[in-house]
Amino acid sequence: MGLADLVAVLLFVGVIAYALFGGADFGCGFWDLTAGDANRGAHLRHQIDKSIGPVWEANHVWLIYILVFLWTAFPQPFAAIMNTLFVPWLLVGLGIVLRGGAFAFRKFSSSFREARLHGAVFATSSVVTPFFLGMIAGAIASGRVPVDSTGDIVSSWTGPVSWIGGILAVLTTTFLAGTFLAADARRSGNENLAIEMGRRSLIAGGITGAAALGAAVIIELDAPTLASGLHGRGLPLILISAIAGSVSMWRLWSHDFARARIGAIIAVAAIVVGWGVGQYDWILVDQVTIDGGIGARSTQVGLVIVFLMAAVTAVPALVWLYVLVNSERWAQDEPDTATRSAGV
Amino acid sequence: MLIALDNLMAARYQMAVSLGFHIVLSCFGVAFPAMIYVLHRRGNRNDDADALLLARKWAKVAAVLFAVGAVSGTILSFEMGLLWPGMMSKYGDVIGLPFALEGIAFFVEAIFIGIYLYGWGRLSPRVHLNTLIPIMISGAFGTFCIISVNAWMNAPAGFDLDAAGDVVNVRPLEAMFNSAVLGMSIHMYVAAFMVTGFLTAAVYATGMLKGRRDRHHSLGFTVAFVFAGIAALIQPFVGHLIGGRLADEQPSKLAAIELSVEPESRAPLVLGGVLVDDDVRLGVSVPALGSLVSTNSLDGVVPGLDEFPPDERPPANVVHLAFQTMVAAGTMMAAIAVWFWWRRRRHDDPYSTWMLRATVAAGGLSVIALEAGWITTEVGRQPWIVYQVMRVDEAVTDNSGIWISLAVIVVVYASMAYLATRVISGMARRWRESDEVDIPTPYGPSEAVRVGATEHTDGPG
Repeated sequence: MGLADLVAVLLFVGVIAYALFGGADFGCGFWDLTAGDANRGAHLRHQIDKSIGPVWEANHVWLIYILVFLWTAFPQPFAAIMNTLFVPWLLVGLGIVLRGGAFAFRKFSSSFREARLHGAVFATSSVVTPFFLGMIAGAIASGRVPVDSTGDIVSSWTGPVSWIGGILAVLTTTFLAGTFLAADARRSGNENLAIEMGRRSLIAGGITGAAALGAAVIIELDAPTLASGLHGRGLPLILISAIAGSVSMWRLWSHDFARARIGAIIAVAAIVVGWGVGQYDWILVDQVTIDGGIGARSTQVGLVIVFLMAAVTAVPALVWLYVLVNSERWAQDEPDTATRSAGV
Repeated sequence: MLIALDNLMAARYQMAVSLGFHIVLSCFGVAFPAMIYVLHRRGNRNDDADALLLARKWAKVAAVLFAVGAVSGTILSFEMGLLWPGMMSKYGDVIGLPFALEGIAFFVEAIFIGIYLYGWGRLSPRVHLNTLIPIMISGAFGTFCIISVNAWMNAPAGFDLDAAGDVVNVRPLEAMFNSAVLGMSIHMYVAAFMVTGFLTAAVYATGMLKGRRDRHHSLGFTVAFVFAGIAALIQPFVGHLIGGRLADEQPSKLAAIELSVEPESRAPLVLGGVLVDDDVRLGVSVPALGSLVSTNSLDGVVPGLDEFPPDERPPANVVHLAFQTMVAAGTMMAAIAVWFWWRRRRHDDPYSTWMLRATVAAGGLSVIALEAGWITTEVGRQPWIVYQVMRVDEAVTDNSGIWISLAVIVVVYASMAYLATRVISGMARRWRESDEVDIPTPYGPSEAVRVGATEHTDGPG
């Protein structure tokens, strides 16, 4: 494994992290959208606010990490991806702006009417954005993004595997978020909500599993390069994903939401790693390899150093953030703080 | 060709709108944490309830502004590729290092913002206060990294071009630490404090003009004003240092700024005025001052536009007027700052009606100066995206949908600006109506489903 491969792996670490953390975040949108009317949905929406409020900004830095690593390490493939997939990227960008803005606006809305409007924008764009990200992944994985930026502006990202990518992205993020919300609701002491979310996540998990099976068939037909990678090196990961997903659903059934969440994380991580292993050593499948698309060597060294710097600065901070939000104290509602913060 | 030009204009407008929007919010990301820190620390140390209350309110406003700033910053990273694939595919690896480092800065910032905003009453007062420190550091470091990229576009370094025009021998550190980065990043960093400070002070000045003259307002006003005022006094010196580099680094930009057609020593400084057919009209010329301010010498030579082929000249009038707008606004802000401290020294009321009105004006001036300065540097670089190495029309995308994406961006950003303003003024209104800092989110139509209010005695925040 050369330096270029190492840089590609570091780039893909970002993809995995974004799929998990960004995914759990996006997935809340579906549950927000389907939480029911204002009265029935209030508790779930409150839980969603509480669960992702402190972490959503950090979770989405992974996307910036991916883009920056991509253009720094693989300048030409990056330009090709942005050029050919201009339309879905624009929609993703739009979704990210609307979602982040609306999430913050809802929290501080003055009236219920405004909160409902912002909530609807937040929820809808949270579903739409991973869908188009999945379509982008599908376009790359099925070999539709030529490195010379000559790909068709529409048909490149509307092939069968792109649809599969979009649908799977929405389903996996929904499932992931469902298990997170069930676990968080229990820790917040809202057992009714936890059980309800566990039940809904179980359904989401079942649909996701069925869709994954269907996806296998379509990938076989539409993306032979990826398919052969998945049969070979990727197979153990696909199996791990299937097992972890099943265990997760079994834990949901037993109302063991904390472990169900771990199972869901493993299932999603394994399927994403499987995709990466399956398409190795292409950076753009069937078009250009990692070695063919890599940029200057001095910059690759720089990127490895940047990664190590991130490992000693951002990563410990990130771990602390997750430890805090998963602690007992942060699971409760924000306390009234005027006196305590003053040290009185 | 017509299509290419159309695309280029659309791409430039889209970049201008996205950056012009984000730059204001990024100022808050850089400077607001320092102002909150001062209040929060004062609140903790002196048991100052007013200071602590202000810190908590500013933190909530910051939550909204940072959210919009984070997403509009993400869009910029998309646009680097969507709009300028020519530059990114050729120079992405040359200038990627500061972008990657900025990624770390943004990560650290986002993580600690999450911890700080939700840490009230959950972390020990000391630890909680200290979580602002990494936010401040990453704000400064992030400014350096991002401006490093822009500085590189103005003063490219760290690579060679071979006979075929391909990039070889890439030296990422040299690209990052190009000759323009230090001055430009300090200029931007100081500007962030001017914008954030004056805008915040303007809010409290407005309240005081409406008769809300309590300690809460004077404290908010003073903390914000002191930051902005000091920055406003430093900025002219920083600006002058950068300007002094232009004669060597970017002579065509300097010629445009000075509205100078032919290179000359003892060049005049033209105040106002526009260039029509190579003649300066309507301006007031001050003899020799142009040479003095741009070269520190009366005999210094100010470059002229006719040293450059017509298709390599920036649009001089835009650059000239933008630059002078920036300097005029900057001078007024510095004067307001001097006036404020002069009044305090004389023990005059620092919150006189005219002082407050001037501060409200300074809020507007700070944004005008920010945008005008940014227009000066960006438009002054034209027609190059990488100065004298790559032209913007070589870098721009050939996708035909740019006008549509431009229209979408304009509509979306206008709505974001409107909604952010509306939400924040709604927060301010509710704070005026009650003593509670925590304002419950209305998840349902009636009091019964204000979740936090029914389950707990306090709001969900």
